[in-house]
Amino acid sequence: MKIRVLYFANLRDLFGCSEEDISLQTGATLESLAQELSRRVPDLAGQIQSLAWGVNLELAPIGTALRDGDEVALLPPVSGGLA
Amino acid sequence: MIEILGRPLDTSRYMALLDDNSCGGRCIFEGRVRTHNLGKEVAALSYECYEPMAMRQMEALRGLAMGRFSLRKAVLAHRIGPVPMGEVAVWIGVASVHRDEAFAACRFLIDEVKLKVPIWKRETYSSGNW
Repeated sequence: MKIRVLYFANLRDLFGCSEEDISLQTGATLESLAQELSRRVPDLAGQIQSLAWGVNLELAPIGTALRDGDEVALLPPVSGGLA
Repeated sequence: MIEILGRPLDTSRYMALLDDNSCGGRCIFEGRVRTHNLGKEVAALSYECYEPMAMRQMEALRGLAMGRFSLRKAVLAHRIGPVPMGEVAVWIGVASVHRDEAFAACRFLIDEVKLKVPIWKRETYSSGNW
C-alpha cells in the first residue's frame, strides 16, 4: 500500500524533501513506518521518540494501523514559540 | 473565528468580531516576534505550518474553550511564513460576561496553541547560525 508522508521543520532538511510516497506492506502500522524511515535515514533515531504522528489530520498513537492512501505527518515538538 | 494567514493579521477586524454587549470582559493576547532568543539576536523569523491539521486543531481548541469558559466570542489567528520583528504572529481574543473566564480562557488558548498546533518557528540569527 502507498502512504503519503509529510515532513516538517528540521525533518525536511534530514529527508531532503517536504513530502514523499512510501510503499508499505498491507497491515503496516505507524511503528512499521517509523522503522522504515529510520532505516532510510539513520539520523532520525535521535529524535524519533520526541515526534508526534498525524494520520489523516488527527494525532495518532504509534500502534495505529495504516491504510492505502493515508496521509501521515511526522510532527516535531511545536513548543518554544512566542513566550 | 479561526484564521491562518501568510500576510499581516488584521487585528482591528478581529477586535470587531469580539463585539457583544452581553460581555463585560475581553482578553486579548498578541504574540509578537522579539529581537532575541536563547541569548542570540534574531535576524529573521519564519513560521512553517501543516495547515489542514492546524486549522482542525485550532477549531477544536476554540470549541473546547467556548464551552469550558462560557465564552460568548473567541477569535484565534496565526500568521505563517516570514514575520518581521515586532509584528504580530499570533492573536487570541475572547469575550465573556465576566472577567474571570476571559482571563482564564485567553491563557488556556495561547498555552494550548503553543503546545498542540502544528506550526513551527525557524529563526535565523544575526551570527548566521540556525
